[in-house]
Amino acid sequence: MKEKKYTVQNFKNGQKPRWCAGCGDHALLNALLQALAKLNVAPWNTEIISGIGCSSRLPYYVNAYCFHTIHGRALAVSTGAKVANPSMSVWTIMGDGDSLAIGGDHFIHAMRRNIDLNIILLNNKIYGLTKGQYSPTSERGFVSKTSPYGTVEDPFEPAELIFGARGHFFARCAASDIENNVDVLVAAAHHKGASMVEVLQNCVIFNNGIHASLASKELREKNAIYLKDSKPMVFGENNEYGLILEGLNIKVVKIGENGITLKDILIHDAHCEDATLHTKLAMMKGPDFPIALGVIRDVKAPTYETAVTEQIEEVKAKKSYHNFEELMMTNNIWEIK
Amino acid sequence: MQLAGNMFSEISAACGDDISTFPDYPAEIRAPKGTLNGVSGFKVHIGTTKIYTPGDKCDVLVAMNPAALKTQVEYLTPRSIIIIDTDTFIESEFEKAEYKTNDPFKELGIKNEIIAAPLSVMCKDSLADTDMDNKSILHCKNMMALGLVCWLFNMPLAQAEKCLRKKFAKKPQIAKANIKVLNDGYNYGHNTHSSTSTYIIQPVNSNKEKGFYTDINGNKATAYGLIAAAEKSGLELYLGSYPITPASDILHELAKHKSLGIKTVQCEDEISGCASAIGAAFAGDLAVTTTSGPGVCLKSEAINLAMMAELPLVVIDVQRGGPSTGLPTKSEQSDLLQVLFGRNGESPIPVIAAASPTDCFDAAYEACKVAVEHMTPVFLLSDAFIANGSSAWKIPDLKEYPDIAPHYVLPEQRNNWTPYERDPQTMARYWAIPGMEGYTNVIGGLEKNSSTGEICYEPDNHEKMIEHRHEKVHRIARYIPELKIIGDVDAEILVVGWGGTFGHMYSAVAELRKAHKKIAYVHFRWINPMPQNAAKVLRSFKYIMVIEQNSGQLAGYLRMKINNLPHIYQYNRIEGQPFQVKELVNAISQILEED
Repeated sequence: MKEKKYTVQNFKNGQKPRWCAGCGDHALLNALLQALAKLNVAPWNTEIISGIGCSSRLPYYVNAYCFHTIHGRALAVSTGAKVANPSMSVWTIMGDGDSLAIGGDHFIHAMRRNIDLNIILLNNKIYGLTKGQYSPTSERGFVSKTSPYGTVEDPFEPAELIFGARGHFFARCAASDIENNVDVLVAAAHHKGASMVEVLQNCVIFNNGIHASLASKELREKNAIYLKDSKPMVFGENNEYGLILEGLNIKVVKIGENGITLKDILIHDAHCEDATLHTKLAMMKGPDFPIALGVIRDVKAPTYETAVTEQIEEVKAKKSYHNFEELMMTNNIWEIK
Repeated sequence: MQLAGNMFSEISAACGDDISTFPDYPAEIRAPKGTLNGVSGFKVHIGTTKIYTPGDKCDVLVAMNPAALKTQVEYLTPRSIIIIDTDTFIESEFEKAEYKTNDPFKELGIKNEIIAAPLSVMCKDSLADTDMDNKSILHCKNMMALGLVCWLFNMPLAQAEKCLRKKFAKKPQIAKANIKVLNDGYNYGHNTHSSTSTYIIQPVNSNKEKGFYTDINGNKATAYGLIAAAEKSGLELYLGSYPITPASDILHELAKHKSLGIKTVQCEDEISGCASAIGAAFAGDLAVTTTSGPGVCLKSEAINLAMMAELPLVVIDVQRGGPSTGLPTKSEQSDLLQVLFGRNGESPIPVIAAASPTDCFDAAYEACKVAVEHMTPVFLLSDAFIANGSSAWKIPDLKEYPDIAPHYVLPEQRNNWTPYERDPQTMARYWAIPGMEGYTNVIGGLEKNSSTGEICYEPDNHEKMIEHRHEKVHRIARYIPELKIIGDVDAEILVVGWGGTFGHMYSAVAELRKAHKKIAYVHFRWINPMPQNAAKVLRSFKYIMVIEQNSGQLAGYLRMKINNLPHIYQYNRIEGQPFQVKELVNAISQILEED
């Protein structure tokens, strides 16, 4: 085992978070600090880049190279930072409005390019900082200041968008579930490529109880399933429930009933290239289905910044000019004596 | 036609002539051939002395079809020679070009000397023995015309052949065919004595500085300036961009040179082009984004972030005809106020405007130097005219260029530094690059406390930070060249220009002075901050005449920034076309007479 070099203290910068008491951002920050300490990357080799929104204030509370940018552009800024210096560990922090409304373009293209960023999407299904407008993840009919009679549009399901954009890593967690979230964030950091972690997060002021079914350990045991690679998909207080495929659909079954045994239960394969089952799992909704948490998809693929660097090295080896003076000589030139 | 035009300029330049070129082509990819909208033109001006503009009128017009003749007739003088391809001067083509009769010359009132050659048929005959198909054969037609022009100007073909071999290095068959057609064109002129008069441009090499030369357009010179600045500063070059006319060629050029370690990212949109460049600057690269006016609109919020976070960034705006989508392939100087003021809040950003195709190199170099030494985004304004126009350029020796020293954090600041500490001389903050131990920090778009660097909404601090950001840009004036007065210091009139109109304005002033008019001229390159002597120079004349291709943006800016100015006359024209020297001579003469 590698020597553990850094502690949570190394990543704290002494600033007191200014989020509301009870906001899910506190718990996520806590999990992130623990994950950073576990990863053994120095604070000065870590970049944290955010957009605009409550969650995007996170960089102010971490000791690292931090950049609080503008609304929707965190992934675009992160892309440039990663290409400029691929040896840095880059974390991108965004909210649901930041990433999926104003920043939707960068969101899909970052996934498509598969640039090695660790991306945290804090999804509270509301615009908090602007004081309570519906977001692109709010359910149809959601009542807010800008939709007093309910919204008349369907929301994005982030996972579906990520898979549609050919994303290779997707994990989901409930903000208050710090212990599991540390593992998920570490897994995201270890994945080479664009790793998207959706954090289901409560907004105590403007959308309180939006993820109430996942608010405590007991509730999560009942209402969620923790997917673990190569492990059977079981859930419940005593893991008494499981998932099977019936035709093309997922079905919840009780182990021991109707002749179902543990052997019949689906085994999670996060590394499967085909995202069909990953999509099915990510799209499960209560109350008939458990909400899928943990690493749902983790597939190897070439990363953008590595390809950029490799191409530069290949061309360097092939071409005969490597500085300004040599470049000039590649032109049609004539001499005046 | 663009290829033939480029080749003729290269041949002339290689013979020691000075050159200035201007390609004028439609925005549409392949607008219907033979129609007035489909004419693609290329203007070349050559001479034994220094050439500053692509010229007003032409000595030789090559019209490959009746549409080309019709669109270019205004550039003819009674002495111009016209070369036409008789195979295209037929009824169906007259119709496409919207002639009313079957005699275009009579209809347009043209009485010039005409070299009428069946270029298409000759081209087919010339390549009859090859196994090329008809379409490929006709692609070589322009070389027939080029050969004829080379004969007319007594230009040797060796350079042209070299050029073709290089261009078609991977297709030797095509190179061979083009070279054959080129020679046949030349011989046709020679054998038939097509014109009663030919031109001999005797190069006077001694006029030019000794050294190696190449033919370069503004976009390429801009790309080279960035490469040079990266090398001199020891920084890696990052370009985040999105394709847009007329700026894309800078992205094309830099994308080619990966062997120099250049990182180019074609982003998903203009905003991302800029934002990713800001990320690259945050991570320690020489960061650049390239665009045109509509792209500047989209990038504005991100540019303001770079201003607020005080990160070095070079934003290149190759101006085109606006507003909105406007005239994408045409030239204008109408983005000046946009780059000076087009952002929310108090947002001072340095602006430099390149004066000519070759000056794009120096302007790009200076923009990079100021950005990384003063920790600020910098706008570099170019325009479609100088971006696509070319001149002979003496290949520079980088040893003669000033050093570029990025404003990094200092060793003594380690573990004892906040991000908005400033250099007492320049007011620039210090650049800490991720990976440097002891300098972790947070920057961003929120207002920060001037000493702690923490978020701060206090009124006094906000005002102080605004002042600091203004003062930082103001002090850059100490590091840029002063205005140089060209012409008569004791003249009553001072002609003022900026950016890509230098060639035309210089030529107009020179012509007037030759006619014994007293006249002085200054040309702005740095517009924010203005050169330190700007107010003094402008106030020392009786009156000023500001000439620009917009409705008075610099004139208005001067009035705003400098008090007690003498009376300002304005000459403004916005047609998407470069000025003509003659019109400027007339405009200035009119003011001289009035006064």
